[in-house]
Amino acid sequence: MDFDTSVITGSLPYLWKGMQYTIQLTAIAALGGLFFGTLLALARLSSIKPLSMIAAGYVNLMRSIPLVLVIFWFFFLVPVILQTVMGYERPPQIGAERTAIITFIMFEAAYFCEIMRAGIQSIPRGQVHSAYALGLNYRQCMQLVVLPQAFRNMIPVLLTQTIILFQDTSLVYVISATDFVGAAAKIAQRDGRLIEMYLFVAVVYFVICFTLSLAVKQLQRRIAVIR
Amino acid sequence: MGLSLDWSVFLQELPEGGVYYWEMLLSGLWWTLGVAACSWLIAMFFGSVIGTIRTTNSRALVFFGNAWVELFRNIPLLVQMFLWYFVLPEFIPPLKSWVVAADPAEAQFLSATLCLGLFTSARIAEQVRAGIQSLPRGQRYAAQAIGLNVTQMYRFVLLPMAYRIIIPPLTSETMNLIKNTSIALTIGLAELTFRTREMGEYTFRFFEAFTAATLIYIAIAMTANRVMAVIERRTAVPGFIAGGK
Repeated sequence: MDFDTSVITGSLPYLWKGMQYTIQLTAIAALGGLFFGTLLALARLSSIKPLSMIAAGYVNLMRSIPLVLVIFWFFFLVPVILQTVMGYERPPQIGAERTAIITFIMFEAAYFCEIMRAGIQSIPRGQVHSAYALGLNYRQCMQLVVLPQAFRNMIPVLLTQTIILFQDTSLVYVISATDFVGAAAKIAQRDGRLIEMYLFVAVVYFVICFTLSLAVKQLQRRIAVIR
Repeated sequence: MGLSLDWSVFLQELPEGGVYYWEMLLSGLWWTLGVAACSWLIAMFFGSVIGTIRTTNSRALVFFGNAWVELFRNIPLLVQMFLWYFVLPEFIPPLKSWVVAADPAEAQFLSATLCLGLFTSARIAEQVRAGIQSLPRGQRYAAQAIGLNVTQMYRFVLLPMAYRIIIPPLTSETMNLIKNTSIALTIGLAELTFRTREMGEYTFRFFEAFTAATLIYIAIAMTANRVMAVIERRTAVPGFIAGGK
C-alpha cells in the first residue's frame, strides 16, 4: 500500500475553501441557535401555557429525531415553504449550502434552548424577585439581571455544544454540500485516494477539536474560581 | 401550496412489485434496531472498562483511558464511519478480501456497529467515570478496610452504585446512539433514514415518508425512555437517590 501525500498538498486550496464553509456554518448556526434558543427557553419557562407547550413540543421533536433526518426534512421543506410564503411559480433553488445554514440554526436552537433553560433555572429566584421589587418589568428583569448571569454560567457548556456542532456540520455531506468533509470526499473519489484524504480529515478535526476542548476546560477552571 | 398529501402511498407496491412501501420502511427499521442493539452492547462493555480504569491509581491505565475517550470524541462520527468502512480494510489485507467477497450489507453492518459502538463507548466511559467519582470516598476506604481486592472493590462496592447513579445520562446516550445509527446511511447501510429517502425518491412523496420516519423515531425514543425508567425504578436502592419510595 502506498501513501501519497501529494494528493493532500495538491488539493489544499480546495480543502481550505471547504473548511471556510464549515467554520462559517458553525459560527452562524451557533450564534443563530443561541439567539433563537434563548427565545425558546424564555418561551418554555413562560407562564403562558400554550407558548410553553409549543416551545417544549418543538424542542422535544428536534431532540428525538436524528440530525440526518432533520437535514433531509429541511432540504425538502425550505423550498416549499419559501414558494408558499413568497408566492413563486415554482420552488426556488437556494442550494444545499444555504439550506444547511437554515437547518442548523433551527436544529441547534433546540439544544441551546435546553442549555439556556438550565442556565436560567440556575439563577436563584431571589434575583427575579428583587428585580421585580426594584420595579423592573419582565423584559428588563430578563435582559439586565437573569440572562447575563445565565449566559455567563453556561459559557463552558455553550462552547462544548459549539464544538459538537462543529463536528456535526460534517453531516451536510448527505445533501452534497461542500464543507470540509464534502470537499475531501469529492477529491478522494475523483483521485481514488480515500485513505489519504479521510485520514487527513480525521487528523485535522482531531487537532482542532482536542485543542478547543482543552481551552474550554481551562476557561471552565477560571470561571469556577471567580464565582 | 405545492403539497397534496396521499397517505395511501405506503400501501402501494414498489416498481419491482411484490414489496410494499411500508415493508420497505420496516426493513430499514430492523437494520436501525439491529445496529443500535449490537453497538449498545459494545459501547456498554468498552465504556464500562475504560470508564473504570480511568478511576484507578495506575497512571498508564488512566492515560490509556483518557486517550481512548479523546480519540473517539474529537473526530466527527461521519469521518469515523468512513475510516472504519473505507480506510481500515486497506490496512488489513484479510479483512479487505473478506469485504470484497462478502455481501455489502454485512460489511456495512459490521463497520457501522463497530464504529457506533466504540464512538458511544467513549461517551459512556465518561459517564461511568463521573458516576464512580461521585461516590463518597469512604466507600472505597471501607471496601479496602474489609479486605476486598481492587477487582472485588469495583465489582461489589463501587460499580453497583455508580451504574444506578448514571442511569439518566445513560438513557440519553442510548437515545443518541439510536439517532446516530442514521449516519450509517453514508456508507450505504439501508437503515430507516436511508429507506425513507429512497421511498421519497421513488414516489416523490417526501412529506409522507419523512413524517412516517419521524413518528417511528419518536416512538423508539419514547420506548427507550420508558424501558430505562423501569430499570431505574427496579434497581433503586431504598434510601438512595430517588429510591425507596
